[in-house]
Parts: sequence; structure tokens; C-alpha cells
Amino acid sequence: MKLNKVILSFISAVAILFSTSVVSFAKVVGDKIILGSAISLTGKYSSNGVHTQNGYNMAVDRINSMGGVKVGGKTYKFEIIYYDDESNPKRAAQLAERLISQDGVEFMLGPYSSGLTKAIAPVTEKYGVPMVEANGASRSLFTKGYKYLFAVLAPANLYLDVAIRTAVELNGGKGVRIAQAFEQDAFSQDVRLGILDAAKETGSEIIIDDKLPKELNDMAATLVKVKQMKPDVLVVSGHTKGALTAIRQIAEMKVDVPMLAMTHCDAAKLSKQHGKNSQYALCASQWHKTLTYKDDFFKDGMTYAADFTKEFGYDPPYQAAESSAALLVFKDAFERANSFDQKKVRDALAATNMQTFYGNIKFAPGGQNVDKPMVLFQVMCDSAGKCENKVVAPLKWASAKLIHPVPKWSER
Amino acid sequence: MDFMVFQYPMISVQACLDGILLGILFALIAYGMALQWGVMNIINIAQGDLVILGGYIAYFMYLYGIHPAWGVIVAPFIMYFVGVGLYKLVINKVVDRDLFISILATFGISILFMQLMNFAFGADVVLANSGYGTTFLFDSAVVLPNSKIFSAFISILFAICLVIYMKKSKLGRAIRATAQNARAAKILGVDTEKVYAATFGINAALCGVAGALISITFTIHPYMGLPYTIRSFMIVIVAGLGNLPGVALSGMGLGVFEEFADYILGTEFRIGAVFLLLVLILVYRRFKLSRKREYLK
Repeated sequence: MKLNKVILSFISAVAILFSTSVVSFAKVVGDKIILGSAISLTGKYSSNGVHTQNGYNMAVDRINSMGGVKVGGKTYKFEIIYYDDESNPKRAAQLAERLISQDGVEFMLGPYSSGLTKAIAPVTEKYGVPMVEANGASRSLFTKGYKYLFAVLAPANLYLDVAIRTAVELNGGKGVRIAQAFEQDAFSQDVRLGILDAAKETGSEIIIDDKLPKELNDMAATLVKVKQMKPDVLVVSGHTKGALTAIRQIAEMKVDVPMLAMTHCDAAKLSKQHGKNSQYALCASQWHKTLTYKDDFFKDGMTYAADFTKEFGYDPPYQAAESSAALLVFKDAFERANSFDQKKVRDALAATNMQTFYGNIKFAPGGQNVDKPMVLFQVMCDSAGKCENKVVAPLKWASAKLIHPVPKWSER
Repeated sequence: MDFMVFQYPMISVQACLDGILLGILFALIAYGMALQWGVMNIINIAQGDLVILGGYIAYFMYLYGIHPAWGVIVAPFIMYFVGVGLYKLVINKVVDRDLFISILATFGISILFMQLMNFAFGADVVLANSGYGTTFLFDSAVVLPNSKIFSAFISILFAICLVIYMKKSKLGRAIRATAQNARAAKILGVDTEKVYAATFGINAALCGVAGALISITFTIHPYMGLPYTIRSFMIVIVAGLGNLPGVALSGMGLGVFEEFADYILGTEFRIGAVFLLLVLILVYRRFKLSRKREYLK
């Protein structure tokens, strides 16, 4: 009985100690700047959540080992508290509350996906916590007037805009006929809005406008319509499953279309799963390692890719690169603000104008990055069946010439 | 609304053929559900998750360089034991309780399976390529991927084998006897516990076959199971228990209905249309029953 009491009091003492030490976690402890992030380590976004976390960690290690952050003549190091949001928006919002009000975090890094960023943004806004996010591209994030949200990536409506403009250019400036199929989620619908804008401006006509369900695994109906109507461009956006399903069924049904443009082809590892069938597909990407942007920490895209591969054992997808860039932005803002005052840091973030290996970063009043265009790459395969993503647009970074129109299946 | 499907007759043909091939696959899953529903009086919400698990077996064979079509032989073997294990762990505790308890239990299993698959296989969407090519009909106006034809063929083969097995074998007779009257079967010396385990195993094996076929024709993902549960539930409701030709017919009917809903209402309402149909059928059945009751009064 006595022993029981001893154990009980010991445990409660430890618990009290632990809870007080948690409370005393503040934005800056000793020489550490503590950032918080809710991230999808389990659940349906877990693979991209892990890419995001790896990107963050790599930048933290790099910045810390290269001298850290200098504020007020003192050197600080970054540290990140992660919580697993289980790919669930409600959970993400709770965790953001917890990070801010219990753990005392005063600066946040974004989660993965537009949906989760949307869930967290109202919380960080309420507490006036600056958040730099790297994986929420939905346009609606930037039209709500948030003051503390900054995104290093280009907004979703610009993802496939380049593809339409390129198609129109190749058509001698005349409008093209577009068939499109988009999943019904915030991100894909924003991509769709971008296409609608581009179509309007270029005088193009949208002849098929399908919506895809969340549990998509069959889009034969859309493709039959495409076969019948023969559009000039087919645009598909439905995350990884959309890209995989589209490539499989286009190949199986031998659908001939002069241009096929998609999102999420990088993460889908299209060519790995489909080999030569994915050839000629155009993919929108935030970043590609061959782009020639530079910074002091990661040097350039190629070096970043090599270092990342060495550390994590796989080629960095753009989700990892943009996440690393978010840390560079924070470091830059802290040093310019020369303070840990949230308002001052926020103002410094708003005035960001820098180049990173990932691209130029300059925020519009809504918080989106307006200084970095999307790139478009095309899947190209050699005769041995080895496929690679080659940048084809914008022309400034093109490492290969766009193959247009896509050869017919009967001629492949 | 889009009535293109009626403007071009070839699209209607395409939709019908696609629907029938798809429906045969659904019918196979529904057949498993009807079997264990009839024998054990359990509605298995985890049906779709067993299907997806079967799909992953074929996918991993594909990853290791084995043709995924062999999955239709390997997956049912493994899944049979998964099914029996599941029965011994959970289902045997709820088999004699009321329907609600079994729904709750299998719902729990469903969530557990989703999370475990996500944990073990990752959240990426995957598929297995069969490389079977394409069949062109009517001057290439209608295209049918051979993988879909293969799926339908294998589904029919398994269904026929199972029917013969149920008619001829000792276990098959025991299963049918238990379905008719478990107590009487027990009195006559049938080990109903064993029969239940085998039934659940056979159901899981059928799901395994269907899953392997789905990984060849479509895509699989840890969270994609539920639509398959709903469809098989729906098919069984329409056909009734123990009505095998009915299951096949209502499966194909559902497939065709889905394809036409896809063309007319749009792909986004495809699953929604299935739900709507389910509600309508349930309402209709209730209505019919109440008429009957009034008549009896």
C-alpha cells in the first residue's frame, strides 16, 4: 500500500514537472527558435506529408549548420515541434490551437495540402501567428484577406494556365478546343478556374467539362466523350489517382489527343508505374531540379536534389523543395525584422523579396507568391523504355523541345 | 445533364458493354456477401476492405516481377486464411447476436483495415499493369480493354466453380444446411462453428479474387473499399439472399445503371446515383411490404 502511494506521488510529480516544462516552451528558448507544424504523417496524405517533413528537416539542419539565424547580434537555431494531424482538417485545427496556446509556439510552418491549410489558417490568424506554408495552393486561401499567411508556392489557378497558352501559341494564336476533367476538391477546382480564365482570354472553347468524384478509379466515360469530340487539349486534375487512372485508361482505350496536360504527375511517379504509356504527358510542377535559381544554402536545384537524395534515399519531389524554401523565407524575415516580435516578423515576411534555389519569392497582399512561374514538363522516354521528366515550358528553362502534337497510338 | 449517350448509338453500346463487364465483377463480390449474409446473418461492412487487401496482394506480386494475373490464384488462398482468422478473432463473438452488433463490429474492422493498409502499404494510389492490350469492336467505335474482359471471365469462372462446390462437396452441403436452419444442422451433426469459419473464409477469398482483378483493371488505395461494400450490399438487397442468378443479373444491371448515370449525370454523381437507387429500392420494398400487411389485416 505504502509503495503504491510512493509510486503514485512520484508519477504525479513527474507529470506536474512535465506539464510546467511544456508550458514554458515559448517561441524562443535559449538559442532556439521553436516553430510548430501539424503535418500528415498518417492518413491519406501521409506520403506527401512525409515529403513535406523531410523538406523542413533538411532546411533546418542546413541553416543550423551554416551559422543559424542572427537576430539582435545573437545566433539562434531552428527547431520544429511536429504533431501528426492524421490528414484530418479538424484534427489539424485542434493541433494548431494546441501548438499556439499550450506549447506557446509563435511561428508556424504549414501542413500538407490546401484543405488542411484552410483549416489551420483561421487559427493562426486569430492568434496573430505568422505562418509560412509551402503546400497549400488553393486560390481561396489568398482571397480571404489573411494577414499572417504566406505561401512560397504559386496559386493553384496558375498550374495549367501555361499549358493552354502554349497550345494556343502552337495553334497560331487561335483558340483551341479544350476537354477537361477535374476532381471536386478545393485544389482541382481552382486549377479549373484558372483554365476557364485562360480559355476566356485566348478565345478557346471548353467542349467537355467533367467533374470527377473523390473515389475516382474509372474515367472511361470522359474518355469516350473525348474520342467522339476530338478536342485539341485534354486537361485532367485529380491528384495522384486522377493522373494514374487517366494514363492507364488513355493507353487502354487508345485515345488520341494532341495535348494531354495534368497535375500531380511528379508525385505519381507516372513513368515508373506506367512506363512508356505515360510518354508525352505534360505535367504542371512548382519546381524542377534543372531550374537555375540559386541561394547560399542549397546552391541550386541540382545540388539540392543530390543532397536530398543522399539524405533520404529518393529524388526530391517539388513538395519537399518548396517546404525547404519555407525555412529560408523564415530565416530571411527574422534577420530583416531583427526581432521576435510577431508583428515585426509579419511585416518583414510581407516585404520578402529574395531568390532561393526553389525560385524567386515575393508575396502579394493576399499572401501568395507572385514571383515564381509554374513549369511544365513532358514525360519523355528513350528506346530502352527509361522515362524522364524534361522541362518544356517556360522556354527560359526548357531542357527539351515540346513534342506536339502527341503521336497517334497507331503510330507508336 | 448530358444526353450525348443517346445521340451517338455507339456510346450506348460502349456504356452497356462496360457496365456489363463491370457488373460481373461487382456480382462476384456481392455473391460472397450474399453467402455469408445468408449463412451467418452478418452484414459485412468490411467487404470492400477485404477486396482492397486482395488487390494489394496482386500489386505486390506485380512489384516483384510476377504477372498480376497470378494474383487471382494467390490472393484467394491468402485471403481465405485472413477470413478464417478474422472469424476466429472477432466474428464468432457476434455471429449469434443481433444484426446491429455485427454491423458495428465489421464497421470497426473496416476502419482498422483501412488504417493498417495505409500504415503498411502507404497512402499512394497504386495499380498493377497486365499489358493485355485492347479489343476494338464495330470499326473501333467501341473499345474494350482486355483487362476488363479478363476480369469478367475470371469472375464467371470462380462463380461457377463455387456453385458446383456448394452443390457437390460435403462442406458445401453443410453450409447450405446451416443456412437453412443452423439449429437443425447442429442437431444432425454439422459442426456449425467450422461451417461459419469456412463461409467467412470463402467470402474473403472471393473478395481476394475481385481485388486482384480490380488492381488489374482500375486502381487501389487503402480508403477505396467502401464503394465496393455499398455496391455489393445494394446488389444483394435487390436480388435477395440465396438467389444466385438474381445476384448476377442485378450486378450487371447495377453496372449498366452506373455507366449510364456516369454519362448522363456526370462522373461526380456516379456513386451518388448508386446510393439514390439504394434508397429508392428500400423505400419501394417497404411500400410493397406495407401493402401486403394491410391486405393480410
